[in-house]
Amino acid sequence: MTQVDHIPALRRIWLFAVTGLVLAFLVLPVLIVIPVSFSASSLLEFPPKAWSLRWYESYFGSVEWRDATWMSVEVAILSTLVATPAGVAAAYGLNLAALRFAGALRLLILAPLLVPTILTGVGIFYVYARLGLNNTLLGMTLAHAMLSLPFVVVSVAAGLQSYDMTQERVARSLGAPWLRAFLSITLPQIRLPVASGALLAFIASFDEVIVTYFISGGEMSTLPRRMFNALRDQIEPTIAAISTMLVVLAMLAVIALETLRQRRMRE
Amino acid sequence: MNEAAGLNAAAIRADARHERAALIGLTVPAFLLLGALLFIPVGWLFWLSLYDETGFTFANYARMIEEPSYLSVFTTTLQLSALVTLLAVLLGYPVAYAIALMPPRVATLCLSLVLVPFWTALLVRTYAWLVLLQRRGIINSLLTSWGVIEEPLQLVHNFTGTVVGMLHIMIPFFVLPLYANIRAVDRDLLRAAASLGATPATAFRRVFLPLTVPGLAAGTVMVFVLCLGFYVTPQFLGGGRVTTISMKIQQNAALYFDWGAASALGVVLFAITMLVFWGFSRIFPIGRLAGSA
Repeated sequence: MTQVDHIPALRRIWLFAVTGLVLAFLVLPVLIVIPVSFSASSLLEFPPKAWSLRWYESYFGSVEWRDATWMSVEVAILSTLVATPAGVAAAYGLNLAALRFAGALRLLILAPLLVPTILTGVGIFYVYARLGLNNTLLGMTLAHAMLSLPFVVVSVAAGLQSYDMTQERVARSLGAPWLRAFLSITLPQIRLPVASGALLAFIASFDEVIVTYFISGGEMSTLPRRMFNALRDQIEPTIAAISTMLVVLAMLAVIALETLRQRRMRE
Repeated sequence: MNEAAGLNAAAIRADARHERAALIGLTVPAFLLLGALLFIPVGWLFWLSLYDETGFTFANYARMIEEPSYLSVFTTTLQLSALVTLLAVLLGYPVAYAIALMPPRVATLCLSLVLVPFWTALLVRTYAWLVLLQRRGIINSLLTSWGVIEEPLQLVHNFTGTVVGMLHIMIPFFVLPLYANIRAVDRDLLRAAASLGATPATAFRRVFLPLTVPGLAAGTVMVFVLCLGFYVTPQFLGGGRVTTISMKIQQNAALYFDWGAASALGVVLFAITMLVFWGFSRIFPIGRLAGSA
């Protein structure tokens, strides 16, 4: 990248100082949970006077936390499996169909991001109460898939914009059925945006707490749902152990997304 | 000949119609999902807010004007959102600008410092702020042991703690679209301005800043709108002293089972959100907001 070389570096020191402070403000609180999770004391000491793994033992030894984690993984995988094909199909259809109202439809797909989540949560709870879908795996899967849809559509639509659709048309003109042409020509070339979209959908579901708060509870609680209760009742360092694992998960996600992005740039 | 050409043209048109129908068909699963789980539920709430056992009623809306507690909920939410948005803009702009100036490797590293908190679970970050800020939390115990303070400071369970926690969540939402915008600005324009005698400050103000308005506007509206709907952070970091519209909706629904009141408040929140979007899009070109999300 070219530098703005007419400004002396010294005069930009304040700029990098502010940036450093803001980045520290963003990262340090997230990292602070790591030493806390290895503390031997249930009081918040920093740095901890003695180290232990007792909060990790307390997490892995608890059926409730294990069940909640498993529930979160299950819902995140299932909802990603629903949201990804639906999102890819919608992005593809909206991208190709020369519709006058395609712009409006694209905006409508982003609606889950625009409608206040609490309103969505109350509404889904109210509808689910009539359908008997509260506290069910199916209900949570569908709700999370709906909330994840925009991430898949935005990611895939961006990928389709830099893809030359003529290639697919050539395959079809040579006699390949449409689905086959899509699967063997188009999909391999947009696989990275599809993968980013699916990963974003998975993380969005794994983090979701507000809608889940309304439609699940008790034995059907997801991990964030149980953390929500635990934070409200008392603050025990078991949450620090869980948080540390979730921070590591976020780091892995960032690395994966960044790798996907860089590979996409190279292709 | 003519007849054959006409038939051919008709066949091509029919083919194009089929293709278009198929393409529209591809969007059906997505819109079914949205319809069943978003449009119908929210539409139903809209209906509930206007209709009870006695028939049509505006009581749920009238209550918001009559009861003073609602007024304070609205002003709290707007103050909180405006303050957090302002701080996010002031702190986020230099960050996006500085990262765009850095060599690629450093920029990638700094960008991950923005992305890791962005992708860390909301409740983890809320917990982290409680660990840091509460009465016997890390900051208070460090300050006490260094002798800076005698008594622990009240850093959380109030408005300040809520602002800090929300700012932490919102800065990445502002930095990321703005960074994409700044990266796309042609820096030769700044050099051209300098060669024509502009000081760096003038070049920044008259050339660079206007070119980043789309990203700035997209980030600002995104942050403000997300702030309006905040629930988790004020719930845990506000300590009962901060009640946002979303918290009031939750109370009405889950505590009092007053669906009409909860729905009416939700409708108003949604209307404010849309109004802000509309207002911003009239003033600024936010066209590519969707692409930067």
